[in-house]
Amino acid sequence: MHRVVHRRQLSPNVTLLEVEAARIAQIRRPGQFVIVRLGGNAERIPLTIADAHPAAGTITLVIQAVGKSTRELVALQPGQAIQDIAGPLGHPTEQIDAGHAVCVGGGVGTAVVHPIAQGLHRKGVNVTSIIGGRSREWVIFEPELRALGDVIVCTDDGSYGRKGFVTDALKDLLTTVGADIVYAVGPVPMMRAVANLTRPLQVRTIVSLNPVMVDGTGMCGGCRVSVGAETRFACVDGPEFDGHLVDFDELMDRLGTYREFEQRAAQCADGPCRIGLAAPTAA
Amino acid sequence: MSSALTPRERMKLDRQKMPEQDPAARARNFAEVNLGFPEQMALIEAERCLQCKDPRCIKGCPVKVNIPRFIELMTEGNIAAAAQSLLDDNALPGVTGRVCPQETQCEIECIRGNKGMPVGIGYLERYVADWARNHRDQLATSKAPPTGRRVVVVGSGPSGLTAAGELARLGHDVTVYEALHKPGGVLVYGIPEFRLPKKIVEQEVERLQAAGVKIECNVVVGRTYTLQELREQFDAVFIANGAGLPVFMNVPGENLKGVYSANEYLTRVNLMAAYEFPRADTPVLVGRRVAVVGGGNVAMDAVRTARRLGAEQALILYRRTKTEMPARVEEIHHAEEEGIHFEFLTAPVEVLGNEKRWVRGLKCVRMKLGEPDASGRARPEPIPGSEFIVDCDVVVVAIGTRANPLLTSTCPELKLNRHGNIVVDEQGMTSLPGVFAGGDIVRGAATVILAMGDGKRAARAIDTWLAAQPRPTPSAG
Ligand SMILES: Cc1cc2nc3c(=O)[nH]c(=O)nc-3n(C[C@H](O)[C@H](O)[C@H](O)COP(=O)(O)OP(=O)(O)OC[C@H]3O[C@@H](n4cnc5c(N)ncnc54)[C@H](O)[C@@H]3O)c2cc1C
Ligand SMILES: Cc1cc2nc3c(=O)[nH]c(=O)nc-3n(C[C@H](O)[C@H](O)[C@H](O)COP(=O)(O)OP(=O)(O)OC[C@H]3O[C@@H](n4cnc5c(N)ncnc54)[C@H](O)[C@@H]3O)c2cc1C
Ligand code: SF4
Ligand code: SF4
Ligand code: FES
Repeated sequence: MHRVVHRRQLSPNVTLLEVEAARIAQIRRPGQFVIVRLGGNAERIPLTIADAHPAAGTITLVIQAVGKSTRELVALQPGQAIQDIAGPLGHPTEQIDAGHAVCVGGGVGTAVVHPIAQGLHRKGVNVTSIIGGRSREWVIFEPELRALGDVIVCTDDGSYGRKGFVTDALKDLLTTVGADIVYAVGPVPMMRAVANLTRPLQVRTIVSLNPVMVDGTGMCGGCRVSVGAETRFACVDGPEFDGHLVDFDELMDRLGTYREFEQRAAQCADGPCRIGLAAPTAA
Repeated sequence: MSSALTPRERMKLDRQKMPEQDPAARARNFAEVNLGFPEQMALIEAERCLQCKDPRCIKGCPVKVNIPRFIELMTEGNIAAAAQSLLDDNALPGVTGRVCPQETQCEIECIRGNKGMPVGIGYLERYVADWARNHRDQLATSKAPPTGRRVVVVGSGPSGLTAAGELARLGHDVTVYEALHKPGGVLVYGIPEFRLPKKIVEQEVERLQAAGVKIECNVVVGRTYTLQELREQFDAVFIANGAGLPVFMNVPGENLKGVYSANEYLTRVNLMAAYEFPRADTPVLVGRRVAVVGGGNVAMDAVRTARRLGAEQALILYRRTKTEMPARVEEIHHAEEEGIHFEFLTAPVEVLGNEKRWVRGLKCVRMKLGEPDASGRARPEPIPGSEFIVDCDVVVVAIGTRANPLLTSTCPELKLNRHGNIVVDEQGMTSLPGVFAGGDIVRGAATVILAMGDGKRAARAIDTWLAAQPRPTPSAG
């Protein structure tokens, strides 16, 4: 059992939970994730380790409520517990030792970018973070990232920072200051846009992929992604890959597997199923 | 020897037929197919054993269960002693009695098979094991005094569980680390409920815990701890992390939506209970026409699962013929009864998708059998120009698994063979002193009973090895 010791609402749908996981807190490195399971018949949910406090034996998870499982997780109050936390999983982030790194975070991805920026900062790398959200209230982790270097905030509606997408700010930065490496974490379309921007400029770009996972140990292959000509399992070979080689269209498509399933299931429930997938049997 | 039957009378007894759920009903539920013998039938079946002086059945069993002995004790009415005898040879008889390929191991050797049907050894084993599980209090448990030595077991499949039980019995302090949230390995995530109820595995795990074995789930060795750390913290290590890496077909379209590895499909349904969706949170695509590629036990489990989830048509695509299928005969027979379709001499060459990238079919090629290959089975060869399309909306790839490199890749000193399996000596020891390994990680995908046999042998080898090691500090115990 892993007790929640602290909870904070970061934006309308993003919640920070600090939970007990002593071993993981000690050894995790930037870029790694855990798989959590609330208990009972709950799903196994991959979540990035946003921060860790080895002395307190806790890790920080930053969770965007998108479906049933994440909604249940963010509803936890201090004192309540998560039954299973496995990790740290995946490879740590490939880091540079000197120079200028740009960390681009979109939405909840900003929380994933944070430990990467932290790791780089500790090594003495010059870090610029470009973070974005729909509007002011959706921008998260700004103070934490400011402590590590320059921060450029972008909002879609211009209610805070620059108006526009993070890619616009990145483009300006690359043409003025330049960068030795770019880390991009956020919605798939954002990562694809960043990769498309940096590819012609030949700026190394690392993205953190979030395919649907089950075990997180390389046992099921559900998390497979195409990188270059190869099929890789994001949970054990990643989750970070060379953004210039990732097949984002396929990732985007595969992420829709169960979204469409649920819609289809709903359609099938009120009539004969015409689309090819039967509704789940209510056992 | 209380039994009054003469050999002639024994020979007259017919093999008892295992009571089963009706095929039409069971094709739609997840309850166990075989219902188990009632006492009367078990005793008749036990009487069929001729108590051979030179029992061939024992030679067929990979762990040399003393088959005539436990059967004789049954016929004497001493079921507790029968259970004791069986459990001495086999730590998980409730599992092997259900999933061992008896027809190619103990039963194929049984003398009664020469004329008619062999003794139903597996069914009897299951009967005695089920009795034992419900009458733990009537069984003596022997346990050696604590040795003060700490042993860690990596993986809680049949190999790890067997080793843990044996090590605990020998007085060692045993910890099992399991990557998933539930112990049991393939017994819980792979083999479906309708063949092996999860309750049985749970009870076996509870029994081990009661015997002092500590089981810690959610520990991924190679990530949470390195093997090196385990070597420092424990006096010996047993690695039994299985062969869980799914093999894909490497054909175009394999990443379309609706293509699963058998591991993912079965894990979603068994471990995560997707068959109860939405009461369980993990979904699985049900599909109207599910095509399972492969011909082993895994393929059979996947296709029968598809049927139970509600697929209108569930079919097996296998590149050889029925005779070459590696699946257990009983499973093939049960599958046929449940309305599973079989396409033999068929190999997929491409997964076809619709405009939304959902699976719509498999482009296949017909095969013909050629010369025998290294395994002695006829090698399938494609017939040019024989392409045809199998309509389906879910594809499950069940063409094998390999060693998962997660652990081994983090410990380069561990000697592996070219398939990535850990190399061990006759004692089960790896290239690292004090580190032993067994089960599928050593053999490649094999069987439950072989994995268990490795666990038991390694436990004894670890015991011997530990006894020969000097104690680091006198206070260590
Ligand atoms: C390595 C990794 C790290 C991650 N880190 C974080 C994190 O730090 N914080 C965070 O909030 N989320 C993170 N995610 C995503 C998170 O795991 C999913 O949002 C979660 O599994 C959705 O579960 P659900 O039951 O709430 O939603 P579901 O009901 O399963 O799905 C709701 C919607 O989200 C989509 N979806 C399902 N699974 C995923 C997924 N893996 N990624 C994106 N969309 C998905 C579905 O298609 C559906 O439309 C990470 C994912 C991975 C693979
Ligand atoms: C669907 C299916 C059906 C089968 N049917 C039969 C049958 O009918 N009869 C038969 O005899 N055999 C059958 N088999 C084969 C049999 O199940 C295996 O040979 C057997 O389970 C191997 O046992 P094991 O203990 O070596 O490994 P597994 O049972 O694979 O257990 C390994 C365990 O180690 C854990 N693990 C892996 N990596 C790590 C790590 N790094 N750290 C911690 N833990 C880890 C895994 O999560 C797993 O729990 C079947 C296999 C499958 C997949
Ligand atoms: S363990 Fe398997 S092979 Fe051995 S006697 Fe039992 S059923 Fe037969
Ligand atoms: S070979 Fe058959 S008849 Fe003979 S002892 Fe074994 S089970 Fe009994
Ligand atoms: S999540 Fe199963 S292999 Fe990656």
